[in-house]
Amino acid sequence: MTNRIVEHPILEVKPKKKVRFVFEEKEVEGVEGDTIASALVALGVVTMGHSLKKHRPRGFYCAIGNCASCDMTVNGIKNVRTCITPLEENMIVKREFVEDIQDDIH
Amino acid sequence: MIYTDVLIVGGGPSGLTAAKMCCEAGLSTIIVERSHILGGQLTKQTHKFFGSKDQYAKMRGIDIAVKLQEDIASFNTLTMMLETTVVGLYEDKVVTILQHNEYKKIKAKAIILATGASEKFLAFENNDLPQIVGAGALQTLVNLYQVIPGKSMVMIGSGNIGLIVSYQMLQAGIEVKKVIEATDRIGGYKVHASKLKRLGVDIQTRKTIKRAIGKDQLEAVEIVSIDENFKEIEGTSEIIETDLLCVSVGLSPLHQLASMMNCQTTYISELGGYVPLIDDYFQCSVPGVFACGDMVGIEEASSAMMEGYLAGLYTCNYLNQPHLEAESLISHYENQLYELRNGLFGRKTLRGIEKRKENLIHA
Repeated sequence: MTNRIVEHPILEVKPKKKVRFVFEEKEVEGVEGDTIASALVALGVVTMGHSLKKHRPRGFYCAIGNCASCDMTVNGIKNVRTCITPLEENMIVKREFVEDIQDDIH
Repeated sequence: MIYTDVLIVGGGPSGLTAAKMCCEAGLSTIIVERSHILGGQLTKQTHKFFGSKDQYAKMRGIDIAVKLQEDIASFNTLTMMLETTVVGLYEDKVVTILQHNEYKKIKAKAIILATGASEKFLAFENNDLPQIVGAGALQTLVNLYQVIPGKSMVMIGSGNIGLIVSYQMLQAGIEVKKVIEATDRIGGYKVHASKLKRLGVDIQTRKTIKRAIGKDQLEAVEIVSIDENFKEIEGTSEIIETDLLCVSVGLSPLHQLASMMNCQTTYISELGGYVPLIDDYFQCSVPGVFACGDMVGIEEASSAMMEGYLAGLYTCNYLNQPHLEAESLISHYENQLYELRNGLFGRKTLRGIEKRKENLIHA
């Protein structure tokens, strides 16, 4: 997992337990303490979905559950705010309004 | 229906401190928080606070968040509802909440709104590209989740948040290519700007972003110089390659829940936008509804905590169950707030607070 901090002058960086989940039908891993969105960003996912009308890509934006940019379908429930939802083992996460995205997952 | 004396919306610095006062006075209290953790903005603030000891100076935000939670951990009259969003608020103080995909109702005798703020945005071409993020959001990803979303970044805005977050991104190993500022002076404290400059970060004033460049995500930004009327100066365009653009152009109070309850709100630029109008006792135009923290005016977390203590104490008074030390605590926290607003930034806030009071008409 290359997108995670390994050393930091202030923060304690502890090894964390892996959490397996499914994103767009691929088996992937986050860590304990992640939200769904933080796990995805760590995996290198930058497109969280597409806008409704013009289908423009939407990225991670506010991190406080306010902007709807990272809303996804989680375990069949639509419009889950992934930036404030803790990641759980075996979650099934899908983007909404998807247009053919080629993920480059690490 | 769940019954409670006090319902607090928001588990950030002001919500947690308000809760402490209500619990100490023996009131049953519920905190509703939409995130899965308590502490709000404190949970991502790795920097040390300014001020005096009573204002949690020299402590890091992340440690203050832990302290505030410890302060209320032992009260069995307190219920914390995390991952819970308020979706309906009515004048009779019935509140509809959504928790884990289930609707519930709470009836409270008093409500304290402490929703905080959201980040302001900027209009420019392609501003919706992925990898253009709010400063607070980037700080959350990096400091709270320890995830690094890019290799390099450009920061728009040189206020304290812009400067502090830039410094923290350097600490995490992200290259800060430039900090740009539209006005003619750096907005934040000199001490923060100097730290960045010492590390070789270029802070440029009278610069703005013209457009973001990229197909599916940010690849570069075009920045230009602007004159005193904020108009572009021809021939100053510069393209900077970067995979992150951070927007730090201020915060807006999250006033919406107050409006939903028909509390009077007004736009006050000194306070960051629309705010619920409150009296000297943090009470909104609807009796029994109180508001505090960034929601009633953008300030630092230190002020939000002092306001939270006060709003909590005044709520106890309103419910005729005053805190045993109400008098001395109120004077203590009022003094702390006065001190915090004594500086240069405080003057603007105080102007806004005057307007907020002038416009209020009690129902």
